[in-house]
Amino acid sequence: MSQLEKSSLTFQCETGNYHTFCPISCVAWLYQKIEDSFFLVIGTKTCGYFLQNSMGVMIFAEPRYAMAELEESDISAQLNDYEELKRLCLQIKNDRNPSVIVFIGTCTTEIIKMDLEGIAPKLEVEVGIPIVVARANGLDYAFTQGEDTVLASLIQRCPTEFIEKKEKTQTFFSNLNLFTKNKENLESEKNLKSLPLILFGSLPELIANQLQLELENQNIKIAGWLPTKTYLELPTIEEGYYVCGVNPFLSRTATNLIRRRKCKLISAPFPIGPDGTRAWIEKICSIFNIEPNGLEERENNIWKSLESYLPLVKGKSVFFMGDNLLELSLARFLIRCGMIVPEIGIPYLDKRYQEAEINLLEETCKKMNVPLPLIIEKPDNYAQLKRIEKYRPDLVITGMANANPLEARGINTKWSVEFTFAQIHGFTNARDILELVTRSLRRKNYVQSFCEKELVE
Amino acid sequence: MKLAYWMYTGPAHIGTLRIASSFKNVHAIMHAPLGDDYFNVMRSMLEREREYTPVTTSVVDRNVLARGSQEKVIDNITRKDKEEKPDLIILTPTCTSSILQEDLQNFVERASIDSVADVLLADVNHYRVTELQAADKTLYQIVKFYIDKNAKTKNLELKKTKIPSINLIGISTLGFHNNHDTRELKKLFSNLGININCIFPQGAKVKDLRNLPIAWFNILPYREIGILTSKFLKREFEVSSITMLPMGNIEFNKFILKISNFLTFKNEINFILNFINKNTRKLLNLNWIKRELKSNQNRKKAIIFGSSNHVATLAKMLSKEIGIEIILCGTYCKSDSQWFREQVQNYCNEILITEDHTVIGNQISKLKPDVIFGTQMERHIGKRLNIPCGVISSPIHIQNFPLGYKPMVGYEGAKYLMDLIYNTLNLKNKKNTFSLFKEKITIT
Repeated sequence: MSQLEKSSLTFQCETGNYHTFCPISCVAWLYQKIEDSFFLVIGTKTCGYFLQNSMGVMIFAEPRYAMAELEESDISAQLNDYEELKRLCLQIKNDRNPSVIVFIGTCTTEIIKMDLEGIAPKLEVEVGIPIVVARANGLDYAFTQGEDTVLASLIQRCPTEFIEKKEKTQTFFSNLNLFTKNKENLESEKNLKSLPLILFGSLPELIANQLQLELENQNIKIAGWLPTKTYLELPTIEEGYYVCGVNPFLSRTATNLIRRRKCKLISAPFPIGPDGTRAWIEKICSIFNIEPNGLEERENNIWKSLESYLPLVKGKSVFFMGDNLLELSLARFLIRCGMIVPEIGIPYLDKRYQEAEINLLEETCKKMNVPLPLIIEKPDNYAQLKRIEKYRPDLVITGMANANPLEARGINTKWSVEFTFAQIHGFTNARDILELVTRSLRRKNYVQSFCEKELVE
Repeated sequence: MKLAYWMYTGPAHIGTLRIASSFKNVHAIMHAPLGDDYFNVMRSMLEREREYTPVTTSVVDRNVLARGSQEKVIDNITRKDKEEKPDLIILTPTCTSSILQEDLQNFVERASIDSVADVLLADVNHYRVTELQAADKTLYQIVKFYIDKNAKTKNLELKKTKIPSINLIGISTLGFHNNHDTRELKKLFSNLGININCIFPQGAKVKDLRNLPIAWFNILPYREIGILTSKFLKREFEVSSITMLPMGNIEFNKFILKISNFLTFKNEINFILNFINKNTRKLLNLNWIKRELKSNQNRKKAIIFGSSNHVATLAKMLSKEIGIEIILCGTYCKSDSQWFREQVQNYCNEILITEDHTVIGNQISKLKPDVIFGTQMERHIGKRLNIPCGVISSPIHIQNFPLGYKPMVGYEGAKYLMDLIYNTLNLKNKKNTFSLFKEKITIT
């Protein structure tokens, strides 16, 4: 691996023959996040089959999503798209009465050029429910980028004018949160005015609250979060507001916020791992001219609490095959933990949106004195498997299609999807990342004593 | 358009991939957008497969949309040919490529000039056939291709074997308990002194297909996959087939009698008849389960739903052998509905043919059976309504790919089914007893 000795990051692009989830999978976590929504995926049996199987047991819990399954008559335009969608929307309204219906456009609607954006506004008036269109298809996007397309479309639904009533409900909610803070904080809380800062990215409620609390500890109160728990609470976004992302795959959302809503993007590393979280908060503080308080100590404490995991990973190598765009941030955190990363595969890299993250990655490598990783956009899984065979890393972070065969060849794996669904953001969840990363390493230590290493013919 | 949450059968390309990945050294290339290769995940996870799934995608992206695939598909085929050296590459269309209407046949023809492997285009219409029909069709296509090819080069084996022999058709990856069933059938045939000429598609190589005509007859345990192939072999080589699932005692004995019809020597036939008598007496006296059920209560009521094959056979078994009343019998195999009706009409009160899980769900909640036998979906319906359910058919989860030996066919299969039926029926009783006691306990 001669590339490793180079002094700056190397970016390469391969053929794009890799395994990943279809971006429509974003409905699985978004319908849970936005509680009054309904997701209608307009596609074929192939899309339905994917969702049915990838969601696992979620499918039996009467999810607020459905397929509008296109039949042959829809493809050949014998049926009228508008009438068909209207019929389905009315049915959904009757059964579930959501506050918003999100149309997910798929490959098929792209190819037959179904004008969802044109149909939606008319349908919206007729059905009486807001309809948001997101084109989360496999022609253009990979896995988590699905969320990006949905959030990007939600932006235009965020109110512009500051509504008095909303202010009231917000203070009401912050009063509810009182028990989480001690008295001194309470005093300052009253004086704390929300800064013109919107965070974007869908996180579980608990994690979102934790991050908000970290910022409040620095006397930063945010004006809103996209997406919110319900569609009706979407935050006000005004011209000149600052915006900051919490996930690396939200470049479209960022672009839309800048271009359509004239917001200013804070380019920060992402709050994944204690190092990332600290850098993220520091960057936000610097924008608002706030001196960060006690961050270093907080980070050090977290590293101390991770002491039992660090010896397990130190000096071990980890290979990212790439399928969910979290790879750069995770690699940066793992390098800081003492691991060596030969290769980071990534479906798509927006160098502008991830600029701060790329810089931090480079810095971290220098600080830890490890070779800089090779970053491969649109990787080729076959070529990667050859490189894995040659390099034999201690851990491969990969999709489920390759995990079992790699394990059978004596190579430890971790399913990459778990990082998407696990809680990995903020100071306190660094432990969860390491828990995931070390799971197979720990299992290996345990099993190795009585098991053959390679069991493949 | 129709609103759908759940499908009993997958899209057509899944069927093609199931056949392709069952064969050894056959590679499938999907003409599909990114993310449509979910089949690899399913196979790797459900079958706990140690090998890489031999399925790759020739990715359809924006550029393909704008300019057409051009050389991309051909390059991907020739590249796979060099990398993996497969015997056969199957180009698999998906719903996306069906609409693009590119001339895939032309790609196949051009690619086969440069590649060592044979190249075929799976001939399935995505919007008209289901997973099972597509699997049937693809299997037929491959068999026909290799029979024709070998006939041309005069490599076809036509002389029947000396010892009675069979082909076992339709065993495939991601099939319900297929591998266990195969093992059970192998054991059976070796006991009967019958050679197995070829088991396919699972584990077979395409070059073995030239030997198909030498078998005395074919066995098709699953009628969903293999009917087209068996008809073809009958047409071309006069090789007849036994198409039945030897599940439950009566069906199994019928199965063995049918086999004996194919044999020529008297002592062989006698041997088989003795075999039936001996085994039936020794193993499968079902009176205990009948007694057990009778002593408790009235005739139990059951609803069965699943693939036509498993449902029809199980309906007969439950009705004739155990004496359970079947109030509803249903299948999602619409294409096979006529056969299904004929099979079950004398054994159940009502027949339901639907692909909509809410219809069967409503029926279950209306008819309130004591027990359900169905797919994973019915299991969850049962859970909601507090009715016990045994899973007897696809679609299935990882727990239906047991590592332990759990065939559905043959004598061993009958034992497993007994356990399944008895446990499912009794689960409810035990639960009731528990809640009965619970109240008493809370009083003290």
